[in-house]
Amino acid sequence: MIETTAGDPARTEVDTARTDLDAARADLDPSAAANQVVEDVLADLHGGHRGVVVDSPPGAGKSTLVVRAAAHLAAAGDRLMIVAQTNEQVDDLIERIAGKHPDVSLGRLSASTYVPSGRVTGHASVRVATKADDLADRTVVIATAAKWATLTEGSWPWAIVDEAYQMRSDMLLRIAGRFERALFVGDPGQLDPFSTVEVERWAGLSWDPMRSAVSVLLAHNPDLPVHRLPVSWRLPASAAPVVSDAFYPFTGFRSGTGPGDRRLEFGAGGMGTTYDRALDEAAASGWALYELPARHALRTDGEAIQATAALAVRLLQRGGVAHSELGTSPVGADRIAIGAAHRDQVTAIRAMLGQHGAGITVDTANRLQGREYDVTVVLHPLSGRRDATAFHLESGRLCVLTSRHRHACIVVARAGIPELLDAHPSTEPVHLGVPVKFPDGWEANQSVLAHLAAHRVRSHL
Amino acid sequence: MSVLSSLAQLEAVATGRAQPLATVRHCHVAAEPLVMVPLKLAGEAAAPLAVMLGTERAEPTLLVVPQPRNRDLRFAFAADLAKLVLEYVESSRGATEELPPGKDGEERVRYGGAPQLLVPNRAGVGFLRMLGRSTRFRRTDGPYAVDPAVPRLGRWLTWFADRHDKPGACLLMTMTETLRLHWATGQSSLEDGNLAALLGWIDPPDGLDGPAAAARAEDPVTCPPAGPATDPTFDNEVLAPAIAAYDQSGDDRAEERVRSVLDGQLRPTWELMWDAIGLLRALPEGASVAARWERDRDSFTWYHSTFDESHPQARRDPAVRAARRLHDLERAQDAYDAQRAFDDPLVMAEHRLAGQAFGGVVTESEPTRLDESGRRPKLRPHLRVATEDPLQLDVGTTVCDAARPALKGKIIEIDAAGGVLLELTGGMGRKLVPEPGVVPEPGRRVCFTSLGTGSWGAAKFPEREDTPWTHGGPPEEYVPTDEDAAEEWS
Repeated sequence: MIETTAGDPARTEVDTARTDLDAARADLDPSAAANQVVEDVLADLHGGHRGVVVDSPPGAGKSTLVVRAAAHLAAAGDRLMIVAQTNEQVDDLIERIAGKHPDVSLGRLSASTYVPSGRVTGHASVRVATKADDLADRTVVIATAAKWATLTEGSWPWAIVDEAYQMRSDMLLRIAGRFERALFVGDPGQLDPFSTVEVERWAGLSWDPMRSAVSVLLAHNPDLPVHRLPVSWRLPASAAPVVSDAFYPFTGFRSGTGPGDRRLEFGAGGMGTTYDRALDEAAASGWALYELPARHALRTDGEAIQATAALAVRLLQRGGVAHSELGTSPVGADRIAIGAAHRDQVTAIRAMLGQHGAGITVDTANRLQGREYDVTVVLHPLSGRRDATAFHLESGRLCVLTSRHRHACIVVARAGIPELLDAHPSTEPVHLGVPVKFPDGWEANQSVLAHLAAHRVRSHL
Repeated sequence: MSVLSSLAQLEAVATGRAQPLATVRHCHVAAEPLVMVPLKLAGEAAAPLAVMLGTERAEPTLLVVPQPRNRDLRFAFAADLAKLVLEYVESSRGATEELPPGKDGEERVRYGGAPQLLVPNRAGVGFLRMLGRSTRFRRTDGPYAVDPAVPRLGRWLTWFADRHDKPGACLLMTMTETLRLHWATGQSSLEDGNLAALLGWIDPPDGLDGPAAAARAEDPVTCPPAGPATDPTFDNEVLAPAIAAYDQSGDDRAEERVRSVLDGQLRPTWELMWDAIGLLRALPEGASVAARWERDRDSFTWYHSTFDESHPQARRDPAVRAARRLHDLERAQDAYDAQRAFDDPLVMAEHRLAGQAFGGVVTESEPTRLDESGRRPKLRPHLRVATEDPLQLDVGTTVCDAARPALKGKIIEIDAAGGVLLELTGGMGRKLVPEPGVVPEPGRRVCFTSLGTGSWGAAKFPEREDTPWTHGGPPEEYVPTDEDAAEEWS
């Protein structure tokens, strides 16, 4: 069956209603608009639905929403389980909930090998245990999905599933028996979950274990309310429209700050090198494309690696200062991140940074998900490649890399990527019953490159 | 694609011959494999045209459908094929081994042998899967009844195709994929899908080099395609007139003509299949191949002994079974990747270059070190390994010894000079003193890797009747119906 939405009168009606609502919200001040959505979500928790889904674009206050919803449900007297995807995310959430609501008793369920971090042990309201029975009196119990999946009994009236688009549906199958109702929160534009095996036998099934938890949930429960956080607080006014158009073409969002609200300046003037010009362009416009001459290269392309590391180091040396609605602060190494597609690239960049770039985060897109920095330097996944595989074209990868920054993003790439894209149209097989994913990586890549072209600084003249 | 396999490909281009990617054979090759070269009719999803099969190079059996659009002839072909395949499956069982009773005391047995099907390429597996699907639901009574062997064949073919999905399983193998696991050629992976070209690179005929032999393989007259798709020119100019003649006369001579042209198409691939088997047999078998073949025999034993009381496999996996199957496949993939690296230094070299393993010489060893910080002392020997490998593992990662994967440890420290300090945590016996010879002494060459250490136990899944609301709730009990047999393409 091919899913047709265009001719479905009921759906069209809903969509029209939603568009009207969006239009009305666009007139609101960003905080009011965002707050309105959060209020709607909290109201829906009492609406008798088994599940509520909240889509959150990058930096739209997803964690804040999770904390608020948890406190809201706890205040209503419900016991609650929270599902996160990694131990890091679990600790983040514990820190935020315990910090904001010290009266809520928290339990952290973990594997026996887990060593509690200071962020967890520092809060009196948190107890760590390896067995759920030891946490029976806790109002809120938090664990990773993998840990929840080891439980075979026990039931919570409510669950909050964080990063639900990064969870595979087979994991949801394993934990869904533990809760009655659930709030699913996540970013649909980020990387899809993946598998180490290639099997097509479930393509088109509504319960395909390789699909994300949310898509399977909605395929079986199409009537669940889906909300969308409308404002990105992280992305500056220069980035929100670019990211929104490229990766969220039908569910756009805007930035919480206006064009002049964020400024990036440097303590030391440049020396007119191409690196300095790229940094100045990024400071002025929020974007820069540092373009190396076209060439086919190994994944660990020496020149591209060097340029990526050098830009980050130069940024540090010039003593960036960031002005924003949160005040003025220096752009130290802890506020800079470098993103790449592959682990060997990450290792090579780290080695190239050496002592000059100590403290700068260098990681793959997978690991940068959910993180936030002032300035990011990105090695473009397609730089120097001869082919554009599905991995490199995945829109989520570029979306993560280009949406981590509060002030500016500098992309390093070899020339010729648009031509490479033109030579490699998407050739993934289309399966009946599988919803077509929009935007596809090809289109998203073109859209981002088209924008970056206006901010290009060539390494060689 | 890893650095090492890229290098092997470049060397293959430079030398004009395929280069080895493995020093041992990573698959089981049965003493009597059943080689099958199927052909299907162009333009149809699963209309069989012919198959050449057998367990002896000198004695292939050729089965042919003289008019593949005639469904009666198709199912007569399926019945003939079923007799041969079922007979082979039965004969491959061998003696039954008694195993120690299982945890709950039930008797366990394992057949001494198992069937092994070899087809030329992936599309061949796809065709057997489709043929299995089009035959396993057929009724043996009422209108359009088929021979009772036909649905049995369908169930076995489906089982073989399902087992093919499992990484490391050797019950149904494709020759091109198996060869590519062991050799790198100087052509693209698409071109490697052509068995004749691939073998041309690995073992070129006298007087030719790899590229020349591969170029020769592109001529469909000298090297007909390995199926199941046929060459379009052959279809138009040879096959179509032969089938038309059969349609007109329906006599034995016309059928013999179809047989003989198809024999000509299949024979070269048949010979190539046996050449390839010879190449594989010449390689020494990897150390863990026997253990994987044992799992294959377990699977065969179970399916064979429950065959009569079970239904044909459903067309779709319900939610719980799909999730379970994916989990099994991912575990098998992890174990297979690790075992191949343990068995083969050349495969391990790829992981060392990728930074997921490191080899070197032990410089310090403290085999009797105890960790007394807990309530009871624990044996935690320290080991320092000097390595020049580009290590990419983080401190805290669990690693195991490639020579003895049971020996596990944790990376404590990586110093600037390339020394890695390990704390061994398991695989040294139960006492507070390690078993003699287990902890490597200074001067020994060792290789540690993170491969295979993430091997989690089998995960828990809900029962079918507990399928949660997020996945549509419990599915109905599966009972095959006549509708299952009705597919638009069959």
